[in-house]
Amino acid sequence: MSQKVLLNAKEVQIALHRLACQLIENHDTFTDTVFIGIQPRGVYLAERLKTLLETDYKLKEIKLGYLDITFYRDDFRRNDKTLEANKTKINFIVEDKKVVFIDDVLYTGRSIRAALTAIQSFGRPSDIELLTFIDRRFSRHLPIQPDYRGRQVDAINNEKVRVCWHENDGEDAVYLIKN
Amino acid sequence: MSELSVNHLLGIKYINEDDIQLIFKTADHFKEVINRSIKKVPSLRDITIANLFFENSTRTRLSFELAEKRLSADIINFSASSSSVKKGETLIDTVNNILSMKVDMVVMRHPNPGAGVFLSKHINASIVNAGDGAHEHPTQALLDCYSIREKLGDVAGKKVVIVGDILHSRVALSNIFALKKLGASVKVCGPKTLLPKYIDSLGVGVETNLRKALQWCDVANMLRVQHERMDINYFPTTREYTQQFGLNKTMLDSLDKEIVVMHPGPINRGVEITSDVADSKQAIILDQVQNGVAIRMAVIYLLASKINRDEN
Repeated sequence: MSQKVLLNAKEVQIALHRLACQLIENHDTFTDTVFIGIQPRGVYLAERLKTLLETDYKLKEIKLGYLDITFYRDDFRRNDKTLEANKTKINFIVEDKKVVFIDDVLYTGRSIRAALTAIQSFGRPSDIELLTFIDRRFSRHLPIQPDYRGRQVDAINNEKVRVCWHENDGEDAVYLIKN
Repeated sequence: MSELSVNHLLGIKYINEDDIQLIFKTADHFKEVINRSIKKVPSLRDITIANLFFENSTRTRLSFELAEKRLSADIINFSASSSSVKKGETLIDTVNNILSMKVDMVVMRHPNPGAGVFLSKHINASIVNAGDGAHEHPTQALLDCYSIREKLGDVAGKKVVIVGDILHSRVALSNIFALKKLGASVKVCGPKTLLPKYIDSLGVGVETNLRKALQWCDVANMLRVQHERMDINYFPTTREYTQQFGLNKTMLDSLDKEIVVMHPGPINRGVEITSDVADSKQAIILDQVQNGVAIRMAVIYLLASKINRDEN
């Protein structure tokens, strides 16, 4: 197994700031906007962006929820292992809100398909956007594309992209892992 | 660990502590799901479940049915009173006929102890025991322990007394197994005629004085007196039973500490528990019912994920 650094801590930081600015361009004061971090790994990025927008860009408290998509996945009973769920925590109504899905890696698009179904249990959003830190090009199984992306990556199928966050993995970095 | 060690839930006896903890963890997520405005998830779209009730049930059947519907499974219901069982069909034939209609899972209540175990050896489907005679009622024990965990934070180290008709109670046996596996101390309390002869072999204490038992415990699980299973008189009168083993508000308030009161339902108000106790703050009877749906969703979800797609 070998791994290559795609983004180091500084580059991650630059990408985060760029994403924050792009979000401000589209959402201005964020009054009707809510962030939904996709469990498990999208929540770190969502928390990061929320903190960044609130501290560095002085925005008022941005609503953030966690959405677990396990029970909505299309590969139930297609895996050897039982799919294990994570916590869903959405303490607000998404009815008529602009929802931004936040996930770390966009690969086949199936997670986002599940998230689109799952979010309907919490109301009917006025629109939904997708923000992903790493967009793996040419690997989509479904017609789903991000509205905001940190970095586009060409990775072949046996390669894996891992996004590390300081609060969970001890460093900010993005690796390309080859088996 | 993310998978059950078994393919059927036949009794608490056959599962281990890790299984129970996995079921609890999964039930936590489903509890959140059933409190949403849209309470349904599509996980089990391609699973068909048969609810076979060879014995009367209201709560358990509704709870299972709701759990299955919340998971989007297709379900068929069957009750013995309106079926060919009356015409002399055997259990295996009845179930095999149902399974030939492409059913993946069977939830069964049966008056004979061991009916689930027997069936699991002869048919090719996942089986959930919803009560077999005086043997086991695993989902009830799971939801009872889950409710204790929710109310008191943990089951380990807690003292639980099970009061009433232990002899005829599948709830008591499953509860004893589950509580012991999770590290609680258990005592049973009731008239000696309603305590099984070899109760000591289960590793539980015996107390025949209700007040002493309640002083000792953190949780009291009050069982129903099962008149329908009593072919002889086990105590002189219901009134005498109530005087000795019925829980009333005066006794509850006179205890040194606030205990949690549970009841698996249906309640005989004024027999094993008075109305003011059943409706008091300390009673978590309705929480138990709500948790029942989450627990059954977790059990069905975890078992269904082990059904092999290729076999269907």
